[in-house]
This record gives sequence, structure tokens and C-alpha cells, in this order.
Amino acid sequence: MGSFISDMLGRSPVEPLQQHIKTAYQAATLLPALFKAANLNDWVKVDEISEHIKQLENEADVMKNDIRSNLPKSLFMPVPRQDLLELVLVQDKVANLSKQISSMVKVRKLQVPANLFDQFIEFVERCVDAAKKAKQSVNELDELYTTGFRGAEVKVVEKLIAKLEKIETETDGMQNSLQAAVFSMENNLPPVEVMFLYKLIDMMGEVADQAERIGRRLELLLAK
Amino acid sequence: MEYELTYIILAAVFGGFMAWGIGANDVANAMATSVGSKAITIKQAIIIAAIFEFSGAVLAGGAVTSTIRKGIIDSDSIAGNPELLIFGMLASLLAAGCWLLLASKKGWPVSTTHSIVGAVVGFAAVGIGTDVIKWSKVGDIVLSWIITPVIAGFLAFMIFQTVHHLILKQKNPLEKAKRYVPVYMFITAFVLTLVTIKKGLKHVGLELTDAQAYGYAAIAGVLVALAGAFFISKIKVDKKKEKEFHFYTVERVFAVLMVITASGLAFAHGSNDVANAVGPVAAIISTAQSGIVSAQSGIQAWILLLGGVGIVIGLATYGVRVIRTVGQKITHLTPSRGFAAELAASTTIVVASGTGMPISTTQTLVGAVLGVGLARGISAIDLKVVRNIFASWVITIPAGATLSIMFFFILKAIFG
Repeated sequence: MGSFISDMLGRSPVEPLQQHIKTAYQAATLLPALFKAANLNDWVKVDEISEHIKQLENEADVMKNDIRSNLPKSLFMPVPRQDLLELVLVQDKVANLSKQISSMVKVRKLQVPANLFDQFIEFVERCVDAAKKAKQSVNELDELYTTGFRGAEVKVVEKLIAKLEKIETETDGMQNSLQAAVFSMENNLPPVEVMFLYKLIDMMGEVADQAERIGRRLELLLAK
Repeated sequence: MEYELTYIILAAVFGGFMAWGIGANDVANAMATSVGSKAITIKQAIIIAAIFEFSGAVLAGGAVTSTIRKGIIDSDSIAGNPELLIFGMLASLLAAGCWLLLASKKGWPVSTTHSIVGAVVGFAAVGIGTDVIKWSKVGDIVLSWIITPVIAGFLAFMIFQTVHHLILKQKNPLEKAKRYVPVYMFITAFVLTLVTIKKGLKHVGLELTDAQAYGYAAIAGVLVALAGAFFISKIKVDKKKEKEFHFYTVERVFAVLMVITASGLAFAHGSNDVANAVGPVAAIISTAQSGIVSAQSGIQAWILLLGGVGIVIGLATYGVRVIRTVGQKITHLTPSRGFAAELAASTTIVVASGTGMPISTTQTLVGAVLGVGLARGISAIDLKVVRNIFASWVITIPAGATLSIMFFFILKAIFG
């Protein structure tokens, strides 16, 4: 019992994609609090936060698989299926990186040197901002579908993506000066810790990079 | 004729059974786009369907009825054997009705039109002889099954493109929607009224000149557009659900339009599909009463009424449940898309009805939805389902034919 017309309309991938980026972004937003707790030696709280991030990453994974399995090859869509599959993959990276960073901090009891901490937190918050702009851009997807990826709505999204790229460039600069600062302190820090500090900064910068790639993927959808 | 009354009663019962089947299942497909997009409630869908299916059947259903009744079989060649035509038409009704019932239970996408045409061709070819069939007419019918979804798809594509350029891609889509949606309402009412007056009303016994026809159609269009504009003017912007371009409210404006196109589609469906049940009934009754096979006599109004009532009963008893399931499914066909598909489909169907072509309304609507999809209007269409819908032709025609051949020989053994 049912109707062939409603059967032929596949499930729209838009809302699932938006839910997914929301979850991935939530995971990233917990990172500043994680570093603050670590530097205060509050390892109970670090445990808590990192557990929360892990849980969000799991949720994002489930959503990612769900989106994939609901995009069979037989679907006819206004945008290429491959582009959507890649978009969800990049979105998922934000959640994955957040989980990797949090578990590294937790396991290694990683702390950022006190004199670098303010600069570092500023950098982290800017990377999270990039993720936020990526989320906002994906939130425009439903409107893009409504307008058929043309017209005035495209300008709105293009503006968001330009903003996202600007933030990412900023984080690049911040990342460089942080690396320079760590380099100048290298001799006074245990070598292994230095290694992981570099790694932490790189991974954090990677969050902003992936956010920018989300924007790039959306731009590809507009270009056609 | 020996069993005249028996034949007439059987015809009415079988015809009513098939009309019930159409109302139970097919109507839900016609209303699915509207209910699925939440433009109208289930209750409204049923009221709209009942009123407009019925009026479509009675006002514009005559031409297709004639085709089913006397367009496929050459009446001259069986003039000496009126019983054969009666058995065959009874068998066809029963075959198509049973096949529809089975398909509804199993959830197969079948077309009422294809089953009845298959059934009529089947009994005539095997029961009487292949030379009594007007093959050129059958060829035309089959061709129309291919052409109408394509035309509806093309129209839907064009209509959605205009929506796009005039409204959706503008900086102020809400203002534009309020300005242009009444124009679409005018077009819907104008086209349906015009075709009905020019092609349908003859069968009700009304003859109008061209000027009168265009005049009345324009009046109907203006009235509908004014009523629509009144309801649109009452829509307020819901700030909580809005982003920059007010698309939520834009869709609510289109939802008003969709009430009108849904009515149009129900009317078109009634004008085409009711003939599937009524055509054979008309053939049986005129043959049984006169005792001769005649291509001359007109259709009695009460037979069209029988079809209309049958559809409404089918809708009320079983169709309601189908529409409810559709309504609970979240489909992603917003009113700005749904209306384009419905307007394209109903225009195509009504024109086909006017020329007497028994087409498949479901497949025409599927073609229209695909057209909107090609205009990048729909986020996802499952082509596997579309393939199944079109492939059901291949099964339905021989199935209808086989069943009607069986019933034909059974009836012949009983009465002959």
C-alpha cells in the first residue's frame, strides 16, 4: 500500500549532511576547554571532555555511514553523487581530528608551555571559528537546493566561503608564529614533548584546513 | 436479447468494481504529490479528489469512454454476434478489476489504462479474431503511452524553469511569488476549463462557439486567480523559520497554488481514468438493449455517473488509507516543485482525454516529476523505482489480456 510517486522520491541528503557537520563541529568546539583543563592539571575534566568528543565522533561516523548507504547509484540528483560523498568525507575529518587531538592530550597528559598558552588558545579558537563557518555554509545547502544552485542565494554562500578562506589564512599565520615560538624554546624543553607540541599545532591547523576544504567542496557544487 | 437484464446488472457490478479499484488505488497516486508536500491535509485531499474526480468523469470523460467502447474493436465485423462483444467486455472489466486488486495488494505499480486496453485487445484477438481489432488505433494508443510522459516531462521542465527565473533566483523571492503565483493559477484554471468546454461538454450535450469557450475559460481563470490571491495575501511571514530569502513563506504561497493544481489533476484523472471502467459498461448496455452492435448510439449520462460514484466510494473505503500512508511519508517535493509537476501532468492528461486517448495518468505524472528533476528541482529521484513503474507496462498488458481471455471463455460457456 503506497504511492509510486512518493516511492520514486529518494531521501534528500541535505538534512543528514547538515546534522553531520553539526555533530563534527560540536566535537571541535570542545577542544579549547580541553586544553584549558589540561593546563590546569584537571585530568578528570580532560577525561570527561575527551570522552564526550569520542562519543560525538562516533555519532558522526554513524551518520556518515547512513548518508553513504542512502546514496545508491540509482539516484538522480541535481549535484553529482560523488561530490556529496566527498563532502561528507571531508566533514567527517573535522570530527576525526578532534578525537585524535583529544586522545593525544589525554594519553600523553600533554600541556602547552604557560608562556605560549594564550597565543595557542587564540589559535585553537580561530581554527574552531573556521569549522563554524564551514558549518554555516553547509547550513545553506537546503536553500541552495531550493534555488537550484543559482541566483541570489549563491552569492550568500560565496560570501560565507570567502570568509571561511580568510579565517583559514589567518590560522596559517598563527600556526607559523606558534611554530617559531616553539622553535625558540626547543632547547629548554624535553625533546619528546617538543615533538608532540609540533604535532599538536599541526593537527590543530589541519582542523582549519579541513574546514576550508568543506568550503571548497561546496564551491564545486556551485560551479556546475 | 435473452439475458438482457442479467448482462446489464453484471456490467454495472463489474464496472462499479473496477471504478472502485481505480478510486481505491489510482487516485492516491494522483493526490500523492499534494499530500506528500504537505500543501493540503489528508482530509482536504479526499474532499478535493471526490469533487473533482467526479466532475472530471462526468464532464470530460466522454471521449475516452468512446475509444474504449468502440475505438479498439471494429463493430462492423462482429455485427452478427452481439453476445461475443458482451462476454468480452464483461471479461475485460473483470480481468482489469482483478488484476488491479491483486496489484494493489502486492504494491505493484500498474496502470488501470494498460490493464483494460490489454484486456480488450486480448479477448478480441483470441476470442473473436485478430482481424476485428483496429490495429492502427491500438498503435496510436500505445504511442500515446510513450509520448504523454515525455510531453508532461517537457512541460514540467519548462514550467519549473519559469518559476526559477521569475521567483526563486530573485533577490526578493517572496514578493515575486506573491505577484506571479496568481498567474499560474489563472493558467491552470484557463487551460482545464478551455479543454473541458471544447472537448468534453459535447458529450453532456452543450455546444459553445470558440469565442464563448475562450470567454468562459478566461472568466474561470480570473475567478480562481482572484480567490487564490486573496488566500495568498493572508499569509504572514513566520520569522522563526526564516533565513535570508523567506523560502519557507515562499513555499506556503506555492502551497495555495498546489490546492488548485491538485484539483486540476483530480479532474484530469477523472476525465481519463473513469472511462476505463465506464467504456466497457457503455458498450455492454447499448448492445444488450438494442440487440445489435452499434457504433452510433451515445453514452447515457447515468453510466458516467456510475463511474464517478464508484471512484468516490473506492476513495472513501480504501483510498483514504493509501493517501494516509503517503501523507505520513516525508517526501521531498516542496509545493514549488509539486505544482509544476501537477500542472504539467493535468494539462497533458486533459488534452489527451479531449482527443479520446486512454493514457496512464500515473506514468504521465511520473514523467512530469522527472521533468522537474531534470530542471535541478528535486534533491533525489530513485531511478530504480522509475524503471519499475515503466517496466510494469510490459507485465500489465499480457496479464490483462490473459485474464480477460480466461474470463471470456468461462462467460461464453455459461451464457453461450
